[in-house]
Amino acid sequence: MPIAPSPRAFDALRAAIEKIEAGGRAPTGFLPFGLEVLDHHLPHGGLALGALHEVAGGGNGAIDGTAAALFAAGIAARTRGQVLWCVTRKDLFAPSLAQAGLAADRVIYVEADDEKTVLACFEEGLRHGGLGAVVGEVARLSMTASRRLQLAAEGSGTMGIAVRRWRRQAEAADFGQPTAATTRWRVTALPSSPLPAAGVGRPRWFIELIRCKAGECADFELEACDETGRLALPADLADRSLAAPPWQSRAAG
Amino acid sequence: MIGRSGRKRLVLAADAAAQALRLFPGMAATQARALCAELVVHDADPDGDTEALDRLALWALKLYAPIVAADPPAGLVIDASGAAHLFGGEEALLADMVARLAGAGFAARAAMAGTWGAAHALARFINAPATIVPSDQSGRAIAHLPTWALRLPDGMADALGKMGIDTVGEIEAKPRAPLALRFGSELTRRLDQAYGRTAEPIEPVEAPELIQVRQMFAEPIGAPETLARYTLKLVDALCAALEAKGLGARTLDLRFHRVDNRIEVVRVGLAKPVRDIKRLTRLLCDKLETVDPGFGVETMVLAAPMAEPLTWKPVATDLTEAPTPDVSDLVDTLANRLGPGRLYRATPAQSDVPERSVRRIEPTAAPTGETWPAHWPRPARLLLRPERIETLALLPDQPPTAFTWRGVRRRVKRADGPERIFGEWWRRDGEVDAVRDYFQLEDDAGERFWVFRRGDGEQAATGDLTWFLHGLFG
Repeated sequence: MPIAPSPRAFDALRAAIEKIEAGGRAPTGFLPFGLEVLDHHLPHGGLALGALHEVAGGGNGAIDGTAAALFAAGIAARTRGQVLWCVTRKDLFAPSLAQAGLAADRVIYVEADDEKTVLACFEEGLRHGGLGAVVGEVARLSMTASRRLQLAAEGSGTMGIAVRRWRRQAEAADFGQPTAATTRWRVTALPSSPLPAAGVGRPRWFIELIRCKAGECADFELEACDETGRLALPADLADRSLAAPPWQSRAAG
Repeated sequence: MIGRSGRKRLVLAADAAAQALRLFPGMAATQARALCAELVVHDADPDGDTEALDRLALWALKLYAPIVAADPPAGLVIDASGAAHLFGGEEALLADMVARLAGAGFAARAAMAGTWGAAHALARFINAPATIVPSDQSGRAIAHLPTWALRLPDGMADALGKMGIDTVGEIEAKPRAPLALRFGSELTRRLDQAYGRTAEPIEPVEAPELIQVRQMFAEPIGAPETLARYTLKLVDALCAALEAKGLGARTLDLRFHRVDNRIEVVRVGLAKPVRDIKRLTRLLCDKLETVDPGFGVETMVLAAPMAEPLTWKPVATDLTEAPTPDVSDLVDTLANRLGPGRLYRATPAQSDVPERSVRRIEPTAAPTGETWPAHWPRPARLLLRPERIETLALLPDQPPTAFTWRGVRRRVKRADGPERIFGEWWRRDGEVDAVRDYFQLEDDAGERFWVFRRGDGEQAATGDLTWFLHGLFG
């Protein structure tokens, strides 16, 4: 969905609003996904660095949070500096983060007893300012808590990623509640890319951009993070969108 | 150990081997020699013992808690409040202490209770290496101990025994006035101290070379913001003292001497030696809310029991690269809040067994630069223990066509494997023949699972062919 070029007055107005929202702070920068199809849905063509982003899993992913964690790892992998990863449950398997591009030396894990502590460590990490990104796995994220995290991220320019992970499927409805996060994503596992032989190909995800501040919602079907943390457009979809339909080329010829 | 008590030569201490021969402290030396001809006898050296005990107290002060005192003849008393979090809890602290003392050749028993008296009694009369009793149950815990446990003057316990009083609980149950009349105030004082009815301040040992600063107040202070302000002043003075010696603090003790003779303590630990005023103040002020100033604090003492040389390193080694920001202050803040072991980095361990392939290291350790082999995908979540699944699979090396996990049956659409992992016989004898065959499975909905079969499907010794689910891919 290409966006029509906006009149100059609109651009000026947007710039003025952003200036007011920033409240005198210097802009912190943006992290592009490197995929045109994804980036042009995001304001400034990337995820804002000094902001809170929220990722949840769809289906069973709401409970195990696997795809959501790897999506977060892929984003964190492309930031600079160390990453603080706060968890309450001890089942995160470090080698998989390394395979999503997040080197083992860059991640400091924090094991907290309860979610309150996770949120406190999350905020502390965001306020510090020396980290590349802070990831926290939480089930409940109230408006107040997310607002605190968002403000902490804005203040230091560190990216915060809240991975939402619930105990039961019924609790996942909590994701419908609004939070102060700048973007909210839902990542669901799809059947992997087909291979010519028997076997499991590169995993695919159905990625929904549920909320995006100053942007529109969208959804994408993409291939999961590679070893540098980058998503990719599936080959079959890429071909279909690039090649013109046969009837059109015939009419043109 | 033979010593002189008045004009008699007595056995003062006996080790485990001697006690097995029924030689006990208090026995006449001649009797002991008569019982065992090859008895090795050393003369007692009370001065040397006192000195050694003081040295031990200083060691404990450095390592464990800010308030430590020697409790002669053969004990240490430690106020561990505000310091146990650095070891991950009270059990861990006691276990560590007993293990270290055992390593140094001391047979030690430790006990923790609400009062000095109770802990003293429990450590000496409960035959366990470490005993922990919650503060509110200290009284109940010492009730069945013999009256000797109360630190009474010589002969008083015997006199109580003649009256038919054998345990602490029995004294506690008796009316106090006749007891005080018969035995003096010492008995009731010791009883009250054990039960926590009268305070028993500990006079802490102080190392002569200890770097510390002190602030006395004309009027007792108690407001949190006042405490925070003077904390900053003390840290300022301590950092100046540390700078004069070129040191950085590894542990800091902040003691609050209250007007009612009790001492409240805050102890913080640091991953690296630090002399940064702002950072140290922040760490101490984080803990101030645990301090109860009571009726007021009249003296504050800040000490650095562990200090190490502080070496400055150049921040950037490469002109083209931005310097990597230092996160050790964040690590310190979180580690002091959560306790040790909660912050870690993962690094590869030399093992193919998934559970053993991750090793935890200190968060501030130097980068290892290692990573796990990437030729097989690894799941994002590894179940803490593999869960049994019901499967339908062909032997010897076909993946399952369907499986049931947690009551849900899933049809397998695609599969990859097997990845064979052999048991590590050099770690455990039982794994000599063990084999696991790992498969990656994908069901209709696109969810991906990591399952394994015990055994290679050909030889029975390698495993019993049961299937387990071990991880979930994203």
